[in-house]
Amino acid sequence: MEKPITGTMKAFMTGNEIVAWAALAAQADIMFGYPITPQNEIMHYWTRLAPKYKREFLQTEDEISAGFTVCGAVQAGRKAFTATAGPGNVLMQEPFGMAEAMRLPIVAVIQQRGGPSSGTVVYSQQEVTLTTYGGNGEGHRIVYSTSTHQEIFDYVIKAFNTAWKYRFPTFVMGDGYQAKMREPLEIYDPEERGLAIEPARPLVGLPGSIGVDREPAHLCNIYSLEEELYEVVLELDRAYQEIAPQVVEYEEKMCDDAEIIVLSHGVVSRAADDAVKTLREKGINAGYFRHITLRPFPAQQLRDAIKKSGARKILVAESSYGQLMRLVRQEIYGETVEICGLLKPGVGIVDHDIFDKVKELL
Amino acid sequence: MSAVQPAMPKSWYAPSKPHKFCPGCGHGIVLKALGEAIDELNIQNQTVFGCDIGCSLLSWNFFAVDSTQTHHGRTTPVMVGMKRANPELICVGYMGDGGGYSIGSQHLVNSAIRNEKVTLILVNNTNYAMTGGQLAPTTLPGQKTETTPYGRDVEKQGYPTRGPEMIATITPDGAYVARATVSKFRQMKTFIKRALQNQMEGNGFSFVECLSTCPTNWRTNPQQTWDFLEDQMESYFAVGEIKSPFGKGEK
Repeated sequence: MEKPITGTMKAFMTGNEIVAWAALAAQADIMFGYPITPQNEIMHYWTRLAPKYKREFLQTEDEISAGFTVCGAVQAGRKAFTATAGPGNVLMQEPFGMAEAMRLPIVAVIQQRGGPSSGTVVYSQQEVTLTTYGGNGEGHRIVYSTSTHQEIFDYVIKAFNTAWKYRFPTFVMGDGYQAKMREPLEIYDPEERGLAIEPARPLVGLPGSIGVDREPAHLCNIYSLEEELYEVVLELDRAYQEIAPQVVEYEEKMCDDAEIIVLSHGVVSRAADDAVKTLREKGINAGYFRHITLRPFPAQQLRDAIKKSGARKILVAESSYGQLMRLVRQEIYGETVEICGLLKPGVGIVDHDIFDKVKELL
Repeated sequence: MSAVQPAMPKSWYAPSKPHKFCPGCGHGIVLKALGEAIDELNIQNQTVFGCDIGCSLLSWNFFAVDSTQTHHGRTTPVMVGMKRANPELICVGYMGDGGGYSIGSQHLVNSAIRNEKVTLILVNNTNYAMTGGQLAPTTLPGQKTETTPYGRDVEKQGYPTRGPEMIATITPDGAYVARATVSKFRQMKTFIKRALQNQMEGNGFSFVECLSTCPTNWRTNPQQTWDFLEDQMESYFAVGEIKSPFGKGEK
């Protein structure tokens, strides 16, 4: 079978198109999807590309089904994924919860749209709480937040590897702007770059003969006793905490002497990066800190940045009304730095918004 | 205690026996028919058994076949995803009337329309038994449940769902659809076996509803239990093959 990508190719693509190419490059076998804006073109590109490379697609009856079919497919040992947004992400919390409980290596791309409810179809960063801690569990998930089109390609590939290596449900969170915007990037075959592709392993339909050379696999997802579940959840957490240091990612710039650290994730980080540069040019010691993983959260790294800089203030800039800020508060509890917000739910943030807010705060 | 183990299908998982269903429950009879069918078709190693929530969840380690569990109503999409991902597997979904006809009805209907190559076995005992005996889509007119304490009023709660008849209407040729009853074991086993064969041959969607008993929630003694099954349920829900690619249906 011909590889979808050979060598490194320059591309000028929308974020959604990149997701489809990255899933191909990551050797994803099958996508299950249900239409919702702004993720639709992921399916559009996948359905055009997939048959050429013997990959599969099913448009399900709703997002609940899309999530659960992914849960079934990964148990059969195939790399499966879905993509959704907003109310679709709400419906998928049910299968995502099951993936969390059973440690299923599912991958989901979340292209955030405005909320609550149907909100807008355009853009937002309001699915942070839902994607990190949605469902009736403890948030044992891995959530990447991308800020450039190059990162969409890199992190979708990484998400499949992370999911199958560590067996926690893994999410790549973008937004409507990243989904629809076109930008130059390089697409490549990961193996040619020395990036190993994690193999898929089945949980059911195992080789061998039951009762002869193996026991049947009995995957349990509901427990009779409180104590049984307690052990399961503690084991989930133990495993999660063990892998967290290997998974956690962040980006930090100019924090060594920062009076104020601008904290952001996703596409807003582009504005934060520009704003911090301009502030520095104006003689204001601003620093930049970005969460690439929202789960696990780079808490110690942020505490270290606060400590070494001696920053008096943090400015959390996000297109939601404090979802990242709440995560920050809980993760760095006890720090005396003042936490301020530039909170614009469902609205884009540009560099001068951050620049002006920093000037006002100092 | 006797050391003699009663005869059971090879595909049953002995360490989980005796099973956990209530005395008089029909689930054990349905699962015996399924076990014998798996044995006779020699598909123990390729079969994946997926169970729903409700009393059916107690079957999660019933078989010596690879087995999985999910949420209420979601067994159908889990098995569909599994089958689509690896068509070599023989995927059997096991659910109750609530899981299949109510909370999971959109999955059942659309999987049937798409003619998904899975086998679903739905146990109809006319109530939500695990949660304490509430109204089910299959509760008979006038039947008392915890949420219809004065009996099912068809003006308020509608008529019982006739699942196989609906599925036969919406499936293309190649689908296998039947209704069995635990009162006719050999016939039920034949239907379940055909529903498995139909998947193995790749013909299409395969569905068997099994009329079953729930003396715990019906609050019936053995005589009343059997009477309710044979006299009332079987006269409302016609037993037989409704659609079969294996020639003329057995009534």
